[in-house]
Amino acid sequence: MSTATRSLPRALGAHAILLTYTAIALFPVILVVMNSFKSRAGIFGAPLTPPTPKTLDLIGYTTVFGQGDFIHYFQNSLVVTVASLFFVLLFGAMAAFALSEYRFRGNTMMGLYLALGIMIPIRLGTVAILQLMVATGLVNTLTALILVYTAQGLPLAIFILSEFMKQVSDDLKNAGRIDGLSEYTIFFRLVLPLVRPSMATVAVFTMIPIWNDLWFPLILAPSEDTKTVTLGAQLFLGQFVTNWNAILAALSLAILPVLILYVIFSRQLIRGITSGAVK
Amino acid sequence: MATKLMATKLMAAETRAKRPIRWHVGVFLAPAVLVYTAFMILPLFGTLQLSLFRNIEQSQVFVGLGNFRTLFGDPNWSVNFWNALRNNVWFFIIHMLVQNPIGILLAALLSSPRLRFTAFYRTAIFVPTILSFVIVGFAWKLILSPIWGVAPHLMDFVGLKSFFTPWLGKEQYALTALSLVSVWQFVGIPMMLIYAALLSIPDEVIEAAECDGVTGMAQFWKIKLPLILPSIGIISILTFVGNFNAFDLIYTAQGALAGPNYSTDILGTFLYRAFFGFQLQVGDPNMGAAIATIMFLIILAGVCVYLFLVQTRLRRYQF
Repeated sequence: MSTATRSLPRALGAHAILLTYTAIALFPVILVVMNSFKSRAGIFGAPLTPPTPKTLDLIGYTTVFGQGDFIHYFQNSLVVTVASLFFVLLFGAMAAFALSEYRFRGNTMMGLYLALGIMIPIRLGTVAILQLMVATGLVNTLTALILVYTAQGLPLAIFILSEFMKQVSDDLKNAGRIDGLSEYTIFFRLVLPLVRPSMATVAVFTMIPIWNDLWFPLILAPSEDTKTVTLGAQLFLGQFVTNWNAILAALSLAILPVLILYVIFSRQLIRGITSGAVK
Repeated sequence: MATKLMATKLMAAETRAKRPIRWHVGVFLAPAVLVYTAFMILPLFGTLQLSLFRNIEQSQVFVGLGNFRTLFGDPNWSVNFWNALRNNVWFFIIHMLVQNPIGILLAALLSSPRLRFTAFYRTAIFVPTILSFVIVGFAWKLILSPIWGVAPHLMDFVGLKSFFTPWLGKEQYALTALSLVSVWQFVGIPMMLIYAALLSIPDEVIEAAECDGVTGMAQFWKIKLPLILPSIGIISILTFVGNFNAFDLIYTAQGALAGPNYSTDILGTFLYRAFFGFQLQVGDPNMGAAIATIMFLIILAGVCVYLFLVQTRLRRYQF
């Protein structure tokens, strides 16, 4: 009885805090998207109100679509992100399994070697990477970005996944071995499904910096054909500093596809996290 | 007794003979190690090497630690360097004091049993994290801009309008304001990691605690917190590394000059200016490499502290 009466205020308190923070998190996004549909007078006159018929104006969007090829940039970003993510998760989980499961000579050294990349910003090697890409003729290709991003994502993926793989019960794996499963089957059939929640978490962490990266598209693939959406938006914003309609429209266009992708993806992520948290 | 000993010996010999080379270990490791070595480690060593050379009359001359002497001793460089380092430390302190506690608090609230709408909160609070620096930098620049007037307008609602100043334009506030923008953007990461860790605590442990009368706040401090300490260790080191590599937010919001008057300059923007040049200064890859080397050493020190002092003392539980 006492817990029932005490839990209501607590739940209300929790909702109050979470709602407040949700508002803080969403406010800038809503503000930008809302104002992108307004005329210049509407943007400055009443920034906090949704567009009314009087202030509704799509001039910003016409400017953006007249200037940049955002759909093409978006495709490039998608290809790069999905391909890099696939390789990071596959290679990363395999290496994490090898490190956390087997005792072999040089295990600790190998772990440290791979963990080195968490602390080294891959940017520090930019000049040498650019030389390498020039030498192999990969400049201005999406392949160059995919290779660099795979290398960039692997260390963190391995680090986090091996933390989680250490928690997978040894008894389960040994039971599999006794049943005659090969090491590959144990990895793909027993361990991978068990660490799926952490894979989802790693996927989000890997995906975000890749999608949002400005540096490598600028240096390795700045051509019109290979521009990513982040680079396209940055260049566009630089050109239209004083055109608020165009800036807000460009920002909204950069936000909305990611947001849609995220809403679709987050169901997967949340189901992953909640369904089978490693036990 | 003797036969038993013999059997043990035989078994040991057999296991040794049975797996002379375990190919699968190599197969599991090879792809990751190859890509990682070719595109991260080798270029990095290229950069470290570059920091020991200087371009004199079109050719690279070995100067030992000369570039570092310039960086620490020559006032043209050292003033900016120490300023950037100080700013970077402040940037990190704000993240540790604001971002991680908020992340843990949100995760703890989200994981409380029978709370409704958690999926909505989780999704919404993570939204800023998925946005690119370009969007975040520009959006906050617009919001805090006195030209648009959204921020003073909002502060008027709670009667704080007189406290408004153009934070991004004032030397004493700009760095703190940008750090808080960065906190706003990344709070989802500690939240998600801690949340996943909290969910992985078995119900039996919680039930046992409840049977012993440990509930609510006491349960969080005494049962859950010790169990999620490894995750808190991870988010701390991730924050450290992320902050000392930071560049993009400052660059998109304040430009490469990290204004006003270098007050938001951190190591990343300092490196960028040294490396690629800006306005009147010509880019110097060798000095850039020297700064990159210093950043590398700072981060290396932080990670060593984590690996050898923190992680070894954390207890890991297997459920």
